[in-house]
Amino acid sequence: MAGTIGVVVFPGTNCEHDAVSAVETLGGSARLVFHTETSLDDLDGIILPGGFAHGDYLRPGAIARFSPIMGAVSAFAAAGGPVVGICNGFQVLCEAHLLPGALQKNRGLSFLCQPATLVVASTGSILTSGATVGQRLEIPINHFSGSYTCDVETLRILEDEDRIVLRYATNPNGSIADIAGIANGPGNVVGLMPHPERAVSELLGSSDGAVLLRSLLDAASVAA
Amino acid sequence: MRFLARVEVRLRPGIADPEGATIERALPAMGFDGVASVSAGRAFRVEIDASDLSAAQSIAASLADRLLANPVIEESIIEVAPL
Repeated sequence: MAGTIGVVVFPGTNCEHDAVSAVETLGGSARLVFHTETSLDDLDGIILPGGFAHGDYLRPGAIARFSPIMGAVSAFAAAGGPVVGICNGFQVLCEAHLLPGALQKNRGLSFLCQPATLVVASTGSILTSGATVGQRLEIPINHFSGSYTCDVETLRILEDEDRIVLRYATNPNGSIADIAGIANGPGNVVGLMPHPERAVSELLGSSDGAVLLRSLLDAASVAA
Repeated sequence: MRFLARVEVRLRPGIADPEGATIERALPAMGFDGVASVSAGRAFRVEIDASDLSAAQSIAASLADRLLANPVIEESIIEVAPL
């Protein structure tokens, strides 16, 4: 049975309809989840989409992590449910300590809105299970604070445990080790700065995001 | 009693500071010679009602650690005084 994806909406989120549309384009079903909700019981996968949750005040994700829905997201993740944070959603996952490290302002302080070439570095996550290691994907980036950073010990753990799932072919933002996306230990929580939901149709310039979101839908089907 | 906590949040040593570096590069062009380095951070003023100074310090330390700073990349310096 195909699962249903919940797309979480904070005040200031602006990529939620793109995410729902992308899931439906790929044959899945999705519903919006408002940040004041406290249950995800009817859902089989979660997307924290891009935008500016709570205005990005203080730091991106810093306020969103205290939204009522985040308790349910943490429990869902702890139970092994598939969770993907895209762009601002990645920042929220880091602030909520569901993923290690932090996203800093881009090197050069430029807001970047451009296509990026990604290289799949690991297929051991719910977002990359359908891809192949070394596969190159054209997926747009759209961020100001997308430079992933962590301490040396955390980077060593990420590399040793094969948790760096996507790297930039050419580093656009100063991200440590060219990191574009990482996973938690079990691989069911993934954060990435690029926007796969904006790359599911050739009309949009690329359909390379489909392999990632199909992997998520497959994981949600198993969970359903 | 009411106390004023001044919380300065700054990047940990070794964390890249593109904002500070950009300001630092701009200064010589404006004619400021002699500026050795600039680092960027942010400051908060928080008024706290507490029974005594140590209680106010404890509240300030907790809110700085849990919200104002991201301990992964930032550290905070806190000064608390009676208002």
